Amino acid sequence: MSYTLGQEQLDGIDEILKNDLVEIGAHTVFLIDMSGNIIASLDDGENKHDIYSLAALAAGNFGAVSAMAKIVGEGEFSLLFHKGKKENIHFSKVLTEFLLITLFGNDLSLGFLRLKVAESVEKIKKILEPIHTP
Amino acid sequence: MAFVNLKKKEVQVKIVYYGPGRGGKTTNLEFIYGKFRDRIQSEMVTVKTHGDRTLFFDFLPIDIGKINGYTAKIQLYTVPGQVKYNATRRLVLRGSDGIVFVADSMAVRREKNILSLKNLHENLKNYKKSIFTIPLVFQYNKMDLAEQGIPLLSFATMEKDLNSQLKKPAFEASAVVGTNVVATLKKIIMMTMTSIKDELK
Ligand SMILES: Nc1nc2c(ncn2[C@@H]2O[C@H](COP(=O)(O)OP(=O)(O)OP(=O)(O)O)[C@@H](O)[C@H]2O)c(=O)[nH]1
Ligand SMILES: [Mg+2]
Repeated sequence: MSYTLGQEQLDGIDEILKNDLVEIGAHTVFLIDMSGNIIASLDDGENKHDIYSLAALAAGNFGAVSAMAKIVGEGEFSLLFHKGKKENIHFSKVLTEFLLITLFGNDLSLGFLRLKVAESVEKIKKILEPIHTP
Repeated sequence: MAFVNLKKKEVQVKIVYYGPGRGGKTTNLEFIYGKFRDRIQSEMVTVKTHGDRTLFFDFLPIDIGKINGYTAKIQLYTVPGQVKYNATRRLVLRGSDGIVFVADSMAVRREKNILSLKNLHENLKNYKKSIFTIPLVFQYNKMDLAEQGIPLLSFATMEKDLNSQLKKPAFEASAVVGTNVVATLKKIIMMTMTSIKDELK
């Protein structure tokens, strides 16, 4: 079982990540699925991270937090965000199967970032919605 | 669930090492990491407790070159084998394309192997997958212990306990020494890639 994304769809996603998130100052942005596969990733050219390891850990982390939410009777925790001294990381679910992860520094406010992430998520949804993930 | 990227002509596949606690899943990945350093671009990620037991998972991505014109990236994971970690174990299993079941050949672990396989069956059902149809390879590990006079289960016994209905490929192995670790890996990669081959056009 597998699912496929074509050139046009992937270009569309890259475009959104670039224009909405990297352009406003995010360091690294990537879109993964809940199995830990990387669908698209982009960075600002200065901040390089091990995306594969991050994707595996992010998928696991998100799964763990969702499971916790269920146990305490929340459908989902709405804000998933880790704050560091220099680097912060923000997670946002896209449909049921995908996750958008943004790494950013303190020069970007969380409020503004959340707004831009929400916009990007809406756009990405339009691209991913027709995809059938078995 | 494998992801096919037509833009990069790349396919990402997830293979999960499953089995009872202390059976040797992490040791398999460590051996592979040591052996194929040159094909592995990142560090092996491990989330574990003090006692070296896997708490969440180990993760190792390897590049195996081209298959059907697609660059194949294989993501290897191990689950935590301890019974109490079923919630995290199930998370790691999500989206798996192939499974290596690492059983412990030590005679005292006989029951643990059987219970773990049952647990795999149930957790797969939870994702609407069948243990009968998913690519699966058995590895009967720790055969090196025979030399030290430790009582081991025979190949026939393990086949009867675990594989009599499934009839999947099985290897006797030693993850510490490295015997059949690569053979197991090659087999599961081949089976997994074959299972999605039709989707790589
Ligand atoms: N003699 C021998 N010991 C082994 C072999 N494989 C693993 N071990 C040892 O068994 C112990 C447990 O191995 P791990 O690889 O950590 O087991 P695991 O399946 O990852 O265990 P969990 O993380 O708890 O699920 C370690 O002390 C290993 O050195 C083997 O082939 N032969
Ligand atoms: Mg382990």
